[in-house]
Amino acid sequence: MFKIVKREEMAGGTVILNEIEAPLIAQKAKPGQFVILKANETGERIPLTMADTNPQKGTITVIYMVVGKSTALFKTLKVGEGYKDVIGPLGKPTHVEKVGTVVCVGGGTGVAVLHPITRALKEAGNHVIAIIGARNKGLLILEDQMKAASNELHVCTDDGSYGHHGFVTEVLKKMLETKEVKLVVGIGPVPMMKFVSKMTKEFNVKTLVSLNPIMIDGTGMCGGCRVSIGGETKFACVDGPEFDGHQVDYDGLMQRLQAYCEEEKECYGTFCKMNK
Amino acid sequence: MAEEEVKKGKKEAIPRQPMPEQAPEVRRRNFKEVPIGYTPETAMLEAQRCLQCKKPSCVEGCPVEVDIPGFINHIKEGNFTLAARHLWKKNSLPAVCGRVCPQEIQCEGNCVVGKKGQPVAIGNLERFAADYERINGKGELPPKAPPTGKKIAVVGSGPSGLTVAGDLIAKGHEVTVLEAFHKPGGVLVYGIPEFRLPKEIVFSEVAFMERLGVKLECNSVVGRTVTLDELFAQGYDAVYVGVGAGLPTFMNIPGENLIGVLSANEYLTRANLMKAYLFPEYDTPIVKGKNVVVLGAGNVAMDSARTAMRLGADNVKIVYRRSKQEMPARKAEIHHAGEEGIEFFLLTAPTRFLGDEKGRITGMECLKMELGEPDQSGRRRPVPVKGSEFKMDCDLVIVAVGAGANPLLTQSTPELSLNKRGYIIADTETGKTTKKGVWAGGDIVTGSATVILAMGAGRKAADSIHNYLKWGW
Repeated sequence: MFKIVKREEMAGGTVILNEIEAPLIAQKAKPGQFVILKANETGERIPLTMADTNPQKGTITVIYMVVGKSTALFKTLKVGEGYKDVIGPLGKPTHVEKVGTVVCVGGGTGVAVLHPITRALKEAGNHVIAIIGARNKGLLILEDQMKAASNELHVCTDDGSYGHHGFVTEVLKKMLETKEVKLVVGIGPVPMMKFVSKMTKEFNVKTLVSLNPIMIDGTGMCGGCRVSIGGETKFACVDGPEFDGHQVDYDGLMQRLQAYCEEEKECYGTFCKMNK
Repeated sequence: MAEEEVKKGKKEAIPRQPMPEQAPEVRRRNFKEVPIGYTPETAMLEAQRCLQCKKPSCVEGCPVEVDIPGFINHIKEGNFTLAARHLWKKNSLPAVCGRVCPQEIQCEGNCVVGKKGQPVAIGNLERFAADYERINGKGELPPKAPPTGKKIAVVGSGPSGLTVAGDLIAKGHEVTVLEAFHKPGGVLVYGIPEFRLPKEIVFSEVAFMERLGVKLECNSVVGRTVTLDELFAQGYDAVYVGVGAGLPTFMNIPGENLIGVLSANEYLTRANLMKAYLFPEYDTPIVKGKNVVVLGAGNVAMDSARTAMRLGADNVKIVYRRSKQEMPARKAEIHHAGEEGIEFFLLTAPTRFLGDEKGRITGMECLKMELGEPDQSGRRRPVPVKGSEFKMDCDLVIVAVGAGANPLLTQSTPELSLNKRGYIIADTETGKTTKKGVWAGGDIVTGSATVILAMGAGRKAADSIHNYLKWGW
């Protein structure tokens, strides 16, 4: 068992943080890599990109939004309990180097994945501007951590309840217009990454996105996570999860994410009834 | 039949004992094992058919050289435990091999009795002895050599890795098996379906190895969680790489990323390893097609087609670009599939997949083929027939046209030389790779092959590793 040593609820209990004992993974993992978690014998294998690692303590941190049966099951796990299986680190790490000014754009729980990458880019000597967004103030996560990890932080909410009233892309546009941005990292919901990439393409600025398609093994064996990158089929688990944002077929990715929506509804519905 | 009569050379009078099976119309909708197994009486009767040849050609046909007349003789005498132990001397997975080996081209293909009539049912007898001991045996462990203090890491817990582990633990070494998945067994668990190889049998064989002292570490992705060099730094004296092929091949035709087009690896892993056939009792879902197409005609294609039928398909079609003669699957599997109502669309190849506005598959465009001149594989090359385009409706396509070499481990180990298809280059007699202290075998060396060939490679490598630990590289 992989024990949970710390658990936090964020965004009104819709987002959960788990710090998990996994010493081998903690020693190896680099920003941008993911793990696969399985709660129990009958559980699904769920890929989550790590939000943090602590090699000294031998722990990794994942932050996930409760969206279906498996994440709802994860939410029931308390400190001292744990995951039956944690596999990793998987995927290629983020390529971190000093390029100058970098903008890191995060939306929703994507901010959790963006956090270690932001920190690493700053540590590498870049001037890092972070832009994070959520639908409203209550759903915003990791504001303080992102502030510490970047040189300047901009916050957006869709409803204007906090920070800039509007989408992250609006603030991003301002940055692209006024600064010599060398790299943009965009991580969040697929539509957000799509629009971030569309904008940076206009400004011809290199853009990295982190994809989270449906996956089983995470080692290149099943091909379930295939995405079309510049017209070529790639596996997010071994070729990614990060890709050139300008090459990704976002519409295809969004469709493939819906592959099991009926089954997921059925499974989640039964689980919710049983746990009322 | 009186034993005397048999001794007088009337063995031919006993017909080959048929394997009792679930009826096709019943089994096509359940995941229980298809063959039910011999009774002790049937097994003893079948065992009498063996001529106990002095120079048994059946043994020559066995990649791990099981003493076939020896174990059959124990069955004939009613000593089933002795038969199982006898098997164990050469084969650490007899219950598995009795079920999935292509006996018709190995032991049974060489059987002298088979020259005039039906060969001795060696596979069925092997299965019987192993099952009998698993269910009724006292679980006595075979003898083990005194500890040598040497440590071996086995990467991958499929058939070749388990063979290496079983052989080396018996020789007194410390063995740790590293498995990337959360359950051991490799292809025996993620690939071969429950109705052909119940998972309980695989786990029981693995549990037996653990009782012998083999350590098992699941969730360990060598190449990511740990590298080969780190294993040596941790104090391992030798490493065996048996990670399997494990890279799905797609058709590279338009529409392949539509929802409902799955690699056989994904389809079978969902069904078998993740137990999606028990959804929603198990959380992993699977596409339940009504009109299912399986591309390819190997064992994996048959397994996929028969799984789809069991998941409630109205019809399942095997679509293959060559003819029946070239189908690579075992005859028994093709026969079983046909009995269960799987249809065969031979000399047919898809050219594109068609989908709806939601990105789900609705059908495929196909071409009829005819056979031309033999190609590099020696099989006649399929050539498209002009103007033969037609459309086939389907809501699930399973691509089972072979596998490639998964590069996860080899990429992190530059000293391992690979061939141009990405498979590890290893000596055919010893399994030695180009990196000192590292052996490899099974599908990651040969490309997709059979369980027993992987075990044969494991046996040779285990011998070579043992010699290395005694005498050096």
